[in-house]
Amino acid sequence: MSTDVDEGAEGVDLSIDCIGMRCPRPIIEIARRIGSVPVGGLVELLADDPATTPDLAAWCRMRGQELVSSTAPRFVVRRMG
Amino acid sequence: MAEVRSPVFLDCSSGEPLLPEAREAWLLATSSGWGDPRRLHRPGRLAAQALDAARSRVAAHVGARPDEVVFTGPLAPTAQAAVAGLVRGRRRVGNRVVTSTVEHSAVLAAAAAYGDHVAVGVDHLGRIDLAAWTAAVGGPGVALACLQVANHEVGTLQPYAAAAEACRAAGVPLVLDATTALGRVDTTALGGWSVLLGWAGAYGGPASVGLMVVRRGTRWRAPFPPDDDQEGRWPGTVDVPAVWAAAAALDAASATRDEVGPRQRAMVARLRQELAARVPDVDVVGDPDARVPHLLTFSALYVDGETLTLELDRAGFAVASGSACSASSEHPSHVLAAMGALTHGNVRLGLTRTTSEAEVEAFLDVLPAVVGEIRGRIGVA
Repeated sequence: MSTDVDEGAEGVDLSIDCIGMRCPRPIIEIARRIGSVPVGGLVELLADDPATTPDLAAWCRMRGQELVSSTAPRFVVRRMG
Repeated sequence: MAEVRSPVFLDCSSGEPLLPEAREAWLLATSSGWGDPRRLHRPGRLAAQALDAARSRVAAHVGARPDEVVFTGPLAPTAQAAVAGLVRGRRRVGNRVVTSTVEHSAVLAAAAAYGDHVAVGVDHLGRIDLAAWTAAVGGPGVALACLQVANHEVGTLQPYAAAAEACRAAGVPLVLDATTALGRVDTTALGGWSVLLGWAGAYGGPASVGLMVVRRGTRWRAPFPPDDDQEGRWPGTVDVPAVWAAAAALDAASATRDEVGPRQRAMVARLRQELAARVPDVDVVGDPDARVPHLLTFSALYVDGETLTLELDRAGFAVASGSACSASSEHPSHVLAAMGALTHGNVRLGLTRTTSEAEVEAFLDVLPAVVGEIRGRIGVA
């Protein structure tokens, strides 16, 4: 799978809609559900809380996941483990 | 080992509780320094003497001349006066104001309000990108730059001397915000600043007194109508007893710095190590070494800051948080966001000068269960 292509909604393995939810809820939701996609798979997170941008990047760093794109309110994460 | 008082107050980041030395100084000054320092009668002369002595005492702590010291108010209006005054004094050069992204929100607001604001980014420890800083202050039309000695949330020391040298080379006046550093580190030789800011509430003085030290020769022009108080550099009557107490607090904090500082530094080092060991998925923020002694910030994954703050309060610990929900703001701490640190589940600890090792151990004993209980409630572990 190419890493530099902007993945469309069709290219992801799982989409999680957290629009309207306050942080840390969106981070909790992706943590709960990322295990359902295979390693290497993509998860799309839709979230409009302003803390999502720094917190998703920090979560990926702390949990060893890859932040593929971060353009609020759409974020894409690749499951690395 | 010292006793554990309840509640344990660990929120010095918004101000050290008034020092006994400051309270005594204030009481003394209300009985002998209450006069109007502009008057020629005896009560006026006594107040004027106290004001002059307070200026000299403060000047000695920041390596300045007494006549360069201006007593102001809280940090927000002090920062506004510093920034607006330099933009005014250097309007022929331009109105660009260079800061870091992690300055106090009052400084960022003043920069945006009075100039064309440019913010230089920081690394994951909170230190400015010195090359980017040098390029920014060397650009055209820069009226001033403003940088902290140390960050008020995470405690990281900035490379302020090198940043000041870049400003000097570019001919740009530097406003050095020493609010978090005064009384905590040696501030007598902080490098080539033009204006220095401070706030007595941060080091155990009265919260009503701030400092703006303006070096002679700085192109600062008062951004308000001139009056007779303090040569027109800050408007209105000076509260001499409060200023006297502010000077006494700075003397007291500085006199005990070599005893208090290393003790606080060791307690924060212990907290940093044990938090990471005892609480899973915790982001301990800031520079572990190049920092002021008394501050520590960390964030616990999946936990919301408001719940964490309230549960710690119930357990007997008063702490602050930079998370959005607990900061009376829709937005999380701009400092944490700029550093790429986790902003939710945030706890900001500020040790007071009387915080004991026993209190730190009690906090470490309580925190893992508090975090674990909140995580259990929401179904993540």
